[in-house]
Amino acid sequence: MTALPPFQTLLDEYAAEVMAVLRGAVGRTDADDCFQETFIAALRAYPKLGDASNLRGWLLTIAHRKAIDHHRAKGRRPVPVADVKEVGVYDPEPDDGIWAVVGALPPKQRAAVSLRYASDLPHTEIAAALGCSPEAARRSLHEGLKRLRKELA
Amino acid sequence: MKVSLELLADRAADQGLLDVAYTMSDSPFGPLLLAATPSGLVKVSLPGHDPEETLEDLAARISPRVLEVPARLDEARRELDLYFAGKLTEFDLPLDWQLSRDFRRRALRAIDRIPYGKTRSYTEIARSAGNERAVRAAGTACGANPIPIVVPCHRVLRTGGALGGYGGGLPMKEALLKLEGAL
Repeated sequence: MTALPPFQTLLDEYAAEVMAVLRGAVGRTDADDCFQETFIAALRAYPKLGDASNLRGWLLTIAHRKAIDHHRAKGRRPVPVADVKEVGVYDPEPDDGIWAVVGALPPKQRAAVSLRYASDLPHTEIAAALGCSPEAARRSLHEGLKRLRKELA
Repeated sequence: MKVSLELLADRAADQGLLDVAYTMSDSPFGPLLLAATPSGLVKVSLPGHDPEETLEDLAARISPRVLEVPARLDEARRELDLYFAGKLTEFDLPLDWQLSRDFRRRALRAIDRIPYGKTRSYTEIARSAGNERAVRAAGTACGANPIPIVVPCHRVLRTGGALGGYGGGLPMKEALLKLEGAL
């Protein structure tokens, strides 16, 4: 068994990446909350983690679950507006055009695209993060990209 | 990102998830690594020791929940700065002794009682720790002192006054004793 490194190492190496993935998945405004929840959950579980060989994948999986929780909670929250969009995204970054469209993709496609492009994960790790087969991950990514091309064309 | 990380450290501490906080602190001898648990100061790593190795050791022996949170060590840093400036003769910091056990812990507790500016021999420490013949073990306890400077193993000399050894090197031991007016 590989010894668990000091948790600070995970923050130093992956905090920026986790933040980027979360911004892609839930938008800039809510990414901070999801970031906190991701790392608190990770800290809580860390001493009992049996396998230190893929800490990055482990963290991104937690981040992905927190993003899904966030979308579910948001779905349950009543919003007093006439025209209800699936996700409200405010992102003043220059790339917000793309990420806003990514944010509007169905959950699996959105996660696959975020993990691939914000986080540069290979198909096998996207599959592990989504809890599906590599083929299904590839399919979600493909469908997501197809839809993005159409939306952005 | 910096704000997010500070907030994370606060939340972790609030929820009892900050087992070891550490920071690097400047000293006249080079950078010191200071680490504390919720019980108190647990480790001072002297210049010349690899901080990364020290942190890995703390992760293995105490808990892998190790985070860099300088604010948790503000008081330790303040007292050390005063000590190096010759303006503090007694540390008033809670200490966590968990990295030493049995005879070594008793020896270190005896060392902790040596007043500023005074010295003791390894034999005297062995006697205080309950075994006068364990002089070599008293030396080992000094060498393995996890909280040097604050627990003043630099005040322990060979019978006859020779310096003996020091984890931060003999020049540092000599400089500390001179600072305290013991040499």
